[in-house]
Amino acid sequence: MSTAVELPTLKPKDFASDQDIRWCPGCGDYSILAQVKKLLPTLKIPRENFLFVSGIGCSSRFPYYVETYGLHGIHGRALGIATGAKCANPNLQVWVVTGDGDGLSIGGNHLIHAIRRNVGMVVLLFNNRIYGLTKGQFSPTSEFGKKTKTSPLGSIDYPLRPLSVAIAAEGTFVARAVDVDIKHLGYVLGEAARHQGTAFVEIYQDCNIFNHQAFAYATNKGTKDDSVIYLQHGKPLVFGKDRDKGIRLNGAVAEVVRLGHGVTEDDLLFHDESMDDPSLAFLLSRLRVPAFPEPLGIFRRVQRPTYEDLMADQLKEARDKQGQGDMTALLEGPEAWDVA
Amino acid sequence: MIAKTSERSTEKSIQELDAVTIRFCGDSGDGMQLAGNQFTNTSVLFGNDVSTLPDFPAEIRAPAGTLAGVSGFQLRFSSHEIYTPGDEVDVLVSMNPAALKANVGDLVEGGLLLVDEDEFTPTNLKKAGYQTNPLQDDSLAGYQLHKVKITTMNREALKDSPIGAKAVDRCKNFFALGMVYWLYGRPMEPTLDWIEQKFAKVPEIAQANITALKTGYFFGETTECFAVRYVVPEAKIGPGRYRKVVGNEALAWGFVTAARLANKELFFGSYPITPASTLLEELNRCKHYGVKTFQAEDEIAAITSAIGASFAGALAVTSTSGPGLGLKGEAIGLAVMMELPVIIIDVQRGGPSTGLPTKTEQSDLFIALHGRHGECPVPIIAAKSPGDCFYTAIEASKIAMRYMTPVILMSDGYLANGSEPWKIPRFDDLERIPVVHLTEKNNGDDFLPYKRDENLSRPWALPGTPGLEHRLGGLEKEDRTGKVCYDPANHQHMTNIRAQKVRNVGKMIPPTQITGDDKGELLVIGWGGTYGSITTAVQSCQRQSLSVSAVHLRYLNPLPGDLGEIMSRFERILVPELNMGQLRTHLQAEYLREMEGLNKVQGKPFLVSEISNKISKMIGQRVSV
Repeated sequence: MSTAVELPTLKPKDFASDQDIRWCPGCGDYSILAQVKKLLPTLKIPRENFLFVSGIGCSSRFPYYVETYGLHGIHGRALGIATGAKCANPNLQVWVVTGDGDGLSIGGNHLIHAIRRNVGMVVLLFNNRIYGLTKGQFSPTSEFGKKTKTSPLGSIDYPLRPLSVAIAAEGTFVARAVDVDIKHLGYVLGEAARHQGTAFVEIYQDCNIFNHQAFAYATNKGTKDDSVIYLQHGKPLVFGKDRDKGIRLNGAVAEVVRLGHGVTEDDLLFHDESMDDPSLAFLLSRLRVPAFPEPLGIFRRVQRPTYEDLMADQLKEARDKQGQGDMTALLEGPEAWDVA
Repeated sequence: MIAKTSERSTEKSIQELDAVTIRFCGDSGDGMQLAGNQFTNTSVLFGNDVSTLPDFPAEIRAPAGTLAGVSGFQLRFSSHEIYTPGDEVDVLVSMNPAALKANVGDLVEGGLLLVDEDEFTPTNLKKAGYQTNPLQDDSLAGYQLHKVKITTMNREALKDSPIGAKAVDRCKNFFALGMVYWLYGRPMEPTLDWIEQKFAKVPEIAQANITALKTGYFFGETTECFAVRYVVPEAKIGPGRYRKVVGNEALAWGFVTAARLANKELFFGSYPITPASTLLEELNRCKHYGVKTFQAEDEIAAITSAIGASFAGALAVTSTSGPGLGLKGEAIGLAVMMELPVIIIDVQRGGPSTGLPTKTEQSDLFIALHGRHGECPVPIIAAKSPGDCFYTAIEASKIAMRYMTPVILMSDGYLANGSEPWKIPRFDDLERIPVVHLTEKNNGDDFLPYKRDENLSRPWALPGTPGLEHRLGGLEKEDRTGKVCYDPANHQHMTNIRAQKVRNVGKMIPPTQITGDDKGELLVIGWGGTYGSITTAVQSCQRQSLSVSAVHLRYLNPLPGDLGEIMSRFERILVPELNMGQLRTHLQAEYLREMEGLNKVQGKPFLVSEISNKISKMIGQRVSV
């Protein structure tokens, strides 16, 4: 794909479409869009090679707001569409934008299978713990007991954790970021874009109309330091305003400890993105406030052949073994005969 | 032409026959499909015209010896052109009591009945629901019954074989096959060659099967069992190069060919479902043709992957049967809105719901026509014979790409599994399919993804093309620009355009062919796999100079432009279909004319006699077939 020709330098404004953005003022999606538009030019990929695919939901309006090839599909089905496009043209840089409803409810099945196949694409799941576009019903990530229009006495659905699902689906790149945490978000998106295979990113997103401040604990100055922990590969899990708290394993269970009084950083859990066994990543995906700070960053990053590469390899293998397909041989088969 | 087995001199008399219908039946796992397939192959190579009807149960392995487990294979082979596997069975080969019970009703009076006598044990008789042994009472007196100790003789012949006892018994089907080969003067060579190839890695099995086949053959020759031997001469078919073809194979090759003709990559996204699964399997054997196959996690992922692949520029196809067509409805609607070429194959089976997975039917016309919410027209095309599946695939691809629309291709279980001799087309003689992808803006400095040509078709601009970035989606869009648009007048306008575009497909429909005169008393209109039965019945009418003609529709939406005029020249119209009147309802609504139906929903194709009897009743004259 790389050529000797100088590619024109792209800027964020080259990725701005001419559409009026229809998200509500104050929506977290604006921030995410800005970070994506900031990132794309830096990837040094021609603009025409990007493909944004979405389903249905506020998240899924995203393709209209970037000046690239885009497919606004049907509810829950973006991943099938994206898989087909990537397999047909592996040179495309495919991004999928979905939400907690589109991706985990109706689209849950497709999410699991796309991830386990490791199709080369970046999957952004905007998790606002609510159904925004349809105006306020609960979603698969809404808290137990959440009162919404379709759960006036409180939701009796036990919620899913997107990252736990992604890790269970054998995800090779699994990460979390926060919509307004723009520097970190930009970093995570950049790492996701560079990953070979499916890069799944859960983004905590604020729906200020139907579920405002669902993630306030992660963004408010006063609570943030004790409520989130930034993962860094090879570094111990330390958090807190004074960086005086940490997470360590006690047997198979995580616990929060205070540093000092005999407890040093060396006693803590050290993050390892590249562990083959996904158990550590899964454990991290279970950490929730108030018992634990919620991890942000890259939970897991391992290498595995991508689906599209395996598909192309098999076509090549078949050609090597059986020779380039000959149409006459196909039509005649092994036992043709002539009638005079 | 293949060499025939050397004729040994024999006292038996030889009787020439025009055509024979033979049915092999036994337990699933008895190798009846294999025996039937081999007899078909051999007969096709011998030069007969052949038509087949495999009949197998839905379960993988029902309890041995029960009626639920009976598997059968019927074929008709002939010295003239035939279109159906036969109404009545002339020869029934039954490997056990259950098979006999399930099938003897179809054996013609005086027909040849060969049974494996050894299998008629008290246990097996009980399993089949027999109170007494039919081989010993008079119940089979109306047939030419031949009780053959197939199991015993097969075991005897293979007593020195190193393979185990179970494997020995599995060779019985070859014994039965050998007997019938001798009876009908079939050469053993093609099957011998096949056995050696198929079992090359297990020579003891190959040898056992060969021994079983020859033993059965020589049994026929040597014993007093059969007084008469039969010969069915080669059929006179047009000059050319031929092979045996099975419907689903032909369909698969049709798409591989279409992709080559269009200079495109074929992408096939599918999910296993009876009777369409063999399409996915066959295309998986074509990787060296560059075919990309994707076994999706479900029916919806199958079609959405095809939509994505189509957007990226592949010739994109998905396949299913009735239940899957239901699931794919929403996605087909998306493809209609996105105006992308995608072919959806429906290999119909008994419905509704899970229905009869291994039995044939043609009851999905309504869902093909109407199975999407909104005003959502889709072109529909139907194959009429196993070999025709090849050409239908190419035609569907042409329509899809020229008009930028999904297309539904209807087949059915009977065609999918049926086989016949097929005149092989020369690839170089097939018309290329021109496809244009925009490389530049199409409206001055702008690119308009919905700017239409004279067919009302929009441009197919592929991702990866600089400067043509655009978004497609399911929301209503402004004409020409493709931007999301809720304007009332625009929605009406787009609805009208989408409908007109599908009507424009009519330009591709050739003049309708009529079997018989172009006017008369009765016109029989059919579609899909009923072609064989209808044609045979109507040809009999022609031979008796009756005023009956036939039209077989390939295009169901839009309907051919000349159909109204053709129908007006006939006094009455009969629409035979394997459903409760779906085409008839569609035609009546379109042409505001009453028609009569012949409707059968029994999981079986029409018997020729069912159609000819109905015609007889309608015209008041007996039709003899």
